[in-house]
Amino acid sequence: MPMSKVLMRAAGFAVAAALLALSQTSHASTAESRLANGMRVVVKTDRRAPVVVAMVWYQVGSVDEVNGVTGVAHVLEHMMFKGTKTTKPGEFSRIVSAAGGRENAFTTRDTTSYFETLQSSQLELALKLEADRMNNLELLPEEFAKEIKVVMEERRWRTEDRPRSLVFEALMATALTAHPYRRPVIGWMSDLKNMTADDAVDFYRRWYAPNNALLVVVGDVEPTEVFALAEKHFGPIPARTLPVRKPQNEPVQRGERRVTIKAPAELPYVVMAFPVPPLRDAERDWEPYALDMLTAVLDGNEAARLNRTLVRGERVANSVGAGYDGISRGPGLFYLIAIPTRGRSAADVETGLRREMAKIIEEGVTDEELNRAKAQAVAAQVYQRDSMFFQAQQIGSLEMAGIPHTTIDVQLEKLRAVTPDQVRDVARKYFRDEALTIVELDPQPLPARRPVAPPEGMRHGR
Amino acid sequence: MGAERWLTGLLLLALAGPAAAILPIQHWQTAGGARVYFVENHDLPMLDLSVEFPAGSAYDSAEKSGAAAMTNRLLQLGADGMSEDEIARRLADIGAQLGASSETDRAGLSLRTLSSVRERRPALDIFARILRNPSFPQAVLEREKARLIGALKEADTKPDTIGSVNFYRLLYRTHPYALRSSGEVATVETLTREDLVSFYRRHYDRRYAVVALIGDVTRAEAEAIAEEVTRDLPQGNGAKPALPGVAVLDDGARRFIAHPASQAHILIGTPGIRRGDPDYFPLFVGNHVLGGGGFVSRIIEEVRQKRGLAYAAYSYFSPLQRAGPFVIGMQTQREQAAEALRVVDATLREFVASGPTEDELRDAKRNIIGSFPLRIDSNRKIHGYLALIGFYQLPLSYLEDFSGNIERVTIADVKAAFARRVDPDRMVTVVVGPEPAAVP
Repeated sequence: MPMSKVLMRAAGFAVAAALLALSQTSHASTAESRLANGMRVVVKTDRRAPVVVAMVWYQVGSVDEVNGVTGVAHVLEHMMFKGTKTTKPGEFSRIVSAAGGRENAFTTRDTTSYFETLQSSQLELALKLEADRMNNLELLPEEFAKEIKVVMEERRWRTEDRPRSLVFEALMATALTAHPYRRPVIGWMSDLKNMTADDAVDFYRRWYAPNNALLVVVGDVEPTEVFALAEKHFGPIPARTLPVRKPQNEPVQRGERRVTIKAPAELPYVVMAFPVPPLRDAERDWEPYALDMLTAVLDGNEAARLNRTLVRGERVANSVGAGYDGISRGPGLFYLIAIPTRGRSAADVETGLRREMAKIIEEGVTDEELNRAKAQAVAAQVYQRDSMFFQAQQIGSLEMAGIPHTTIDVQLEKLRAVTPDQVRDVARKYFRDEALTIVELDPQPLPARRPVAPPEGMRHGR
Repeated sequence: MGAERWLTGLLLLALAGPAAAILPIQHWQTAGGARVYFVENHDLPMLDLSVEFPAGSAYDSAEKSGAAAMTNRLLQLGADGMSEDEIARRLADIGAQLGASSETDRAGLSLRTLSSVRERRPALDIFARILRNPSFPQAVLEREKARLIGALKEADTKPDTIGSVNFYRLLYRTHPYALRSSGEVATVETLTREDLVSFYRRHYDRRYAVVALIGDVTRAEAEAIAEEVTRDLPQGNGAKPALPGVAVLDDGARRFIAHPASQAHILIGTPGIRRGDPDYFPLFVGNHVLGGGGFVSRIIEEVRQKRGLAYAAYSYFSPLQRAGPFVIGMQTQREQAAEALRVVDATLREFVASGPTEDELRDAKRNIIGSFPLRIDSNRKIHGYLALIGFYQLPLSYLEDFSGNIERVTIADVKAAFARRVDPDRMVTVVVGPEPAAVP
């Protein structure tokens, strides 16, 4: 169950999202406006249902945190539901609910995003509430004391008790040394335990300003009316000087990095990562598109290379995957993932993955494979229009990464223009041993486990 | 209060009209007896289609548990002279997306394709061939068994899996709903090609097929599609597969399973209701107040908002062909498991004894009725309802009647329905994590 305050983690999701993000087009029409205080508004009309999605994106995520207070962007996201000068803790959710709406939020490395889905006639309610908490949050210490416990439970649930999450956490902390992407979005447990309400207040004051925010509205609405409502509710909020963002560029990697995680599991799990460029200039770049196509050739369908050879053919892997997080503010990574079948080792699947990469570097990819990947991207662009939420999310995540959403059509064209040589060239350029980080899960047996009778005095079942 | 009731009434009126007009569900039967549910919608150049059967894990035997899921899994891994790779490549070449799903009651295949003839025709051709002539290749079966066994052994180390497997065993005992849908390591090992072939012949019978379609095709095209994808399916002459009734729990049960995870995983529940049960709407509205309403439900309020005990805490009814489960779930730091159990038990008892307050009932109805358009704002969501209505033979007016059925629910209805279905003294409780001594 997607219990709220969703936190998106680095790899798994970003990987799929990145490919999808690059493959949409025919963005028909969006309308855009900028308020005097610097807040941007993008509206996309979709009249298929009397519904609207409103998303407020702040261009601030875990990437903007500093050591000692990791996780504060996400903790603040939780606190944004805990009251303002005029609403009591939890009242935000009650008001939206009673209006027939659904609300939630998520934090990523790059952004913090809040959203409401409602009948389109209720849009103003959502904007009023969002504007209120952009400027008037009242961060009560007693609410913070309870909510930080919730976040620690979330960390236990997402990461501590999930060996494969621990692998990804270790991967980021190893593949990156200078860039803040090396820290988990949810934060280190020690930092959560030592966080104070003031840490969250400071972060809020620094980053939550209209000139650091983007409102995206998709649905059964008239853009001019949305602009007027945005002006009415967000317009009075003053702009603030934002902190200077330093690039924190990652130094060149000079040798393979290898880490082992021991945790209770049955099967090993191997993740390899190579530094690659993310999309920066949608019109001029070509490498990110070639990397996207490479991902699809490797893992875009059940008969794509990795599954066909390693799972179906040699049966060395139980499952495999490839991914690339090309839409991001910070550095990009290309991932290869494999779980060996029982009786095969992490080394066996690593060998298999390396051989598949070598094949692409030496022999390239076929026109047939590439055309298939392009056909899938073109179709996906149509399918994605079935979801208003997806459309809003796509516009927001592109903009937050500094890519104008108006380049979506261009992006599909560029994707369709990728040649087999370009795919081989990016593989050749970036899949180098000295740039590789590899993390493997070394499964540990559980302590002997058996159902235990409850202590005396407790009713027994069968 | 009076004004608020009036407002809710207005909302309802506003919604009942468009819903009826926007979503005219067309229904007919194919020549072979399959039931078809169709919504014509030309907004996007795409088509969503599914064909489902009474072929879920509820139709497994204890000895061959996992046969249903494995049959479903193998359909697209070789059919009608096409290899698994050929099937995957040909569908990808036209951007079509094939899905296989195997749940408790139902199982089948789904397809999403562009609606232009150039893509639609080959996609439907492959889809129909997979459905009517799966080859269940022996070598593929052996591979998939090995993969599944690996995945099951992996899952068996996870506290959430351990919890839910034990929970459903205690809840359903000898009923097939107690079976793990994927099967157990020991039963999957015994599955043979013949098991799958005979399961397919018995359960993928065209007389029981339910076809759900939405998208950019005409009624005449939809009729032809429904015929094509069900035409040469197996046809037996026996009775439709049936499921036994679910016995009421005579007594509660508690099970504690030690696990080194930092969080305890807690499941509490009882067999609930079947699809179409008249208690559905009072229970649905009541549960919205109890634990289904997200951040405004009592369980999340008590467990998370007031005490910070858990990230997720929820309750739901999952109606099935027979009495599906009522489940309360959460995870909490292992040292807090006892406290969390006490809080949830007290919350449940209070709710069953007193029901929702008037304000809670009003707000729950406002949310459920007000958010009704959100339930049908995409082809995918509407398709889900078509498949549901078709499989469980709910009234065609199910969506149109939905808001009215919610509006009619009273506090007395909720109390009476909960009193009939949920007895806090006879709940199954499973806790995975702490040593039993840590939990009173």
